[in-house]
Amino acid sequence: MTAARRTFLGMPALAPRGVGHLRGEEPFPAAARRALADTQLRRNLGHATATIRAKSGAVIGEVPDWQELRAAGSAVKAAAMARLPELLEQLEAAVTAAGGTVHWAADAAEANRIVTGLVRATGQDRVIKVKSMATQEIGLNEALEEAGITPVETDLAELIVQLGDDRPSHILVPAIHRNRAEIREIFLRAMPGVDPALRGEPAALAGAARAYLRRTFLETKVAISGANFAVAETGTLAVVESEGNGRMCLTLPETLITVMGIEKVIPSWQDLEVFLQLLPRASTGERMNPYTSMWTGVTPGDGPQSFHLVLLDNGRTAVLADEIGRQALHCIRCSACLNVCPVYERTGGHAYGSVYPGPIGAVLSPQLTGVEDNASLPYASSLCGACFDACPVKIDIPSILVHLRARHVEEQRERRKVPTAEAATMAAAAYVMDHPGLYAAAQRAARLSRLAGRRGRGLPPPLSGWTAARDLPEPPPQTFRDWWEKRGSTDEQP
Amino acid sequence: MRIALFVTCLADTLFPEAAKATVRLLERLGHEVVFPAGQTCCGQMHVNTGYQAEALKLVRRHVRVFDPYDVIVTPSGSCAGSVRHQHATVARRAGDERLAEEAGQVGRRTYELSELLVDVLGVTDVGAYYPHRVTYHPTCHSLRMVGVGDRPLRLLRAVRGLELVELPEAGQCCGFGGTFAVKNADVSTAMLADKMRHVLATGAEVCTAGDASCLMHIGGGLSRLRTGVRTVHLAEILASTETGGTAAAPGITTAGNSSGPAHTGEKP
Repeated sequence: MTAARRTFLGMPALAPRGVGHLRGEEPFPAAARRALADTQLRRNLGHATATIRAKSGAVIGEVPDWQELRAAGSAVKAAAMARLPELLEQLEAAVTAAGGTVHWAADAAEANRIVTGLVRATGQDRVIKVKSMATQEIGLNEALEEAGITPVETDLAELIVQLGDDRPSHILVPAIHRNRAEIREIFLRAMPGVDPALRGEPAALAGAARAYLRRTFLETKVAISGANFAVAETGTLAVVESEGNGRMCLTLPETLITVMGIEKVIPSWQDLEVFLQLLPRASTGERMNPYTSMWTGVTPGDGPQSFHLVLLDNGRTAVLADEIGRQALHCIRCSACLNVCPVYERTGGHAYGSVYPGPIGAVLSPQLTGVEDNASLPYASSLCGACFDACPVKIDIPSILVHLRARHVEEQRERRKVPTAEAATMAAAAYVMDHPGLYAAAQRAARLSRLAGRRGRGLPPPLSGWTAARDLPEPPPQTFRDWWEKRGSTDEQP
Repeated sequence: MRIALFVTCLADTLFPEAAKATVRLLERLGHEVVFPAGQTCCGQMHVNTGYQAEALKLVRRHVRVFDPYDVIVTPSGSCAGSVRHQHATVARRAGDERLAEEAGQVGRRTYELSELLVDVLGVTDVGAYYPHRVTYHPTCHSLRMVGVGDRPLRLLRAVRGLELVELPEAGQCCGFGGTFAVKNADVSTAMLADKMRHVLATGAEVCTAGDASCLMHIGGGLSRLRTGVRTVHLAEILASTETGGTAAAPGITTAGNSSGPAHTGEKP
C-alpha cells in the first residue's frame, strides 16, 4: 500500500448555535430546582415512569434471550458506526434507485433550508408531521412557520405539546408531564372545532384528537417524518409507532419528506429483526408496537409519489470522532434510560434544556453541541448506573458521563489562566492523598476541628447544599490508621 | 488466608468503626488481616468529578501499594467498583498501558466484603448476633457496578436475633453520588427524601448497607429529621456477637445526633 497524502480538514463541525433545541437557557441545577418545586409535575412523572417501568419490566422478563438480544443490538450498531460513510452511500444509492431523492444536511440550518424549500416547491402551506426527534432537534417547526408553512403534529402527545405551546419533556411520551385534567384544558383552549363539553376521560380526549386529526390527514398533501431505522442494502425506511397517525402520514400525502440522523442506518434487513424485538419492549413495554411502517423509495400508484430523504449530521460526526462518547450514537430512542433514571423521574425533561433529556440526553447533547455549551449536563447524574442496565443496546452511559466530565475539566484548564476553586481544591486533595504523611496530618486536622465547636450545620458554599438537608458526620476520636498503628501490626511500605 | 485491607479514605477518616469491624470479623473467622500503610484514596472522587489527571497519581499509588497482595478486601461496593472498573480506564486515558494492565490485575484481586465472605471464604453464617429490626439498602455501585446480588442479604439472614425487613424500591439511588450531592444538592435531596420515606415505612431501627458514603448521606438525612433510625455499616452488624460485644453501636453518628451509645452487642 502506498502511503496516502492526507490533508487535515480539522475536527468535524458541532451543531451550530442559534438554531434548534439542543441547548438550554440555564444550567441544569437551576432549572432542576424549579422543576422539583412543581408538585403536579412530580406527581405526574412519578406515576408515569413507575407505570412504564413496571410494564416494560414485565414484557422484558418474558424474553429468555434478552441479554443476547442486547448484545446483538450493541454489536450491530458498533459495526454500523465503524463503516458509517460506506453505509450512507449505499443507502443513498438504494433510495435513489427506488425513485427517492437524497439530500445531505451538514447541520440544522441546512436541513431546515432543504425541507422548507421542498415544501415551498409543492405550493402547499400546511404539512402533517409524524413525531420525530430529529425535526425537534433542528427546530424545523419554527423554520416552517417562519416560511409561512403550518406544521401539524399528529402524534397525540406531540399534539398536546404543540397546542399547549409547550416543549416536549420525554423522548417517547412528550407530554408525560401533563395529566388528563391539564390535557382537557389545553384542548378546550387551543384545538380548532373542539366540543366545549369535552370530558377528561382518556377515551374522550383521544376521540377529540382523532376527529380533529382525521380532517387534517385527508386535507394535507405533504408529510414530514423522522425514521427509526434505514436499511442500507435495500434503501428501506422504517417508522414504528402506536397510534396509526404515522401510517396515515406515511401513506396518504402526495409528498413525503423524511429527516433522519445519519446514525439511524443499519446494514441489512435482517438487522431489523434484532431492533424490532428490543425497541417496543424497552420503550412502551409492548411485545410489538401496533404500527410498523416501511417504505422503499416510491411505488407508482401507491402512497406518496414524491419522496425525499434528508440525511442530518448536526454534530454526529463529531460524536463519532470520540472513542468513548461515540456509543451514544447507538441510541434507538427507546427512552428506557429516562424511565429508570432517579434524576429524570424527579426533574422531568425540561430541566435538561435540550430535546434529548435524561441520561442519554446528558451524554448526547453535550457531544453534539460541544461540552462547554452543555457543561452542566454530564454532572446531572448520581452515576447510579440504572440507565446502563436498562439500555437495550447496552450504552455504557455512566462511563460516557465520567468521560465528558473529564473533557469539561480539560477544556476549562485550557481556557483559564487561573484554575477554578474546584480545580485548585481537587489538585490539593490529590497532592495530599499522594503523600501519606500529609494525608495523616490532614486527618488529624479534621479530627481537631471537633474541638472547634458544634459542627454539621451551615457549611459555606458550595458545601452548604449538603448541610441544608443533612447532618454531617462527626469526626471520630481516632482514625482507623491510628487505631491500627496502636495495635502494632502495620505492613510498612513506601 | 492473608487478606489485605483496602480501608478507603472515608472509612479511615470518618467511619473507622466499619473498618475495625471488618478486621475483627475476618480475624474471628480465622484469617490474617494486613493493612498496607501506603494506601490513601482510590481517586474515585477525582475521576467522577472530571479530574482524571489528578486521579492518575492516586491510581498509580493504589496499584503500587496493593500489587504485592493476592486477596484484597474493602468494606465498600463503590470503591471496589472504582478499582475494578475505573482504574484501568484512567490509566489508558493517560496512555499508560502498563499501569492499565497492572490496575486490571489488582482489580481482579479486589473484593467487596460480602463477595469475599460468600465467594472466596465460602461462608454465609459468620456467627453474628444483632438483635435489631434492620432494613438493607443495596447501594448502586455494589448492586450494579460490582454486582454483589443477594450476598449481603444472605449474610444478614444468617445473623441471630436480627429481624430483616425488605426495603421498598430498594434499588433506587439514595441521591448521594459523591460530588453530585453538592453540585445538584436539590435533586439529591429529593432522592434522599424518597429513600428516607421508604426506610421509615419499614419500621426498622437500623438501615444498613455496604457503603459508608451512602450511609453517611441517608444517615445525615435521618439524623437531621430526628427520625430515630440510625445507619450502621454491614461489617459492623456482621462483626457483632453475643459475647464479643464488638460493634461500636451508633455506627454512622452525626453531629446533630447526640444520642448516647446504643447496642454494644453485649448481653445486659
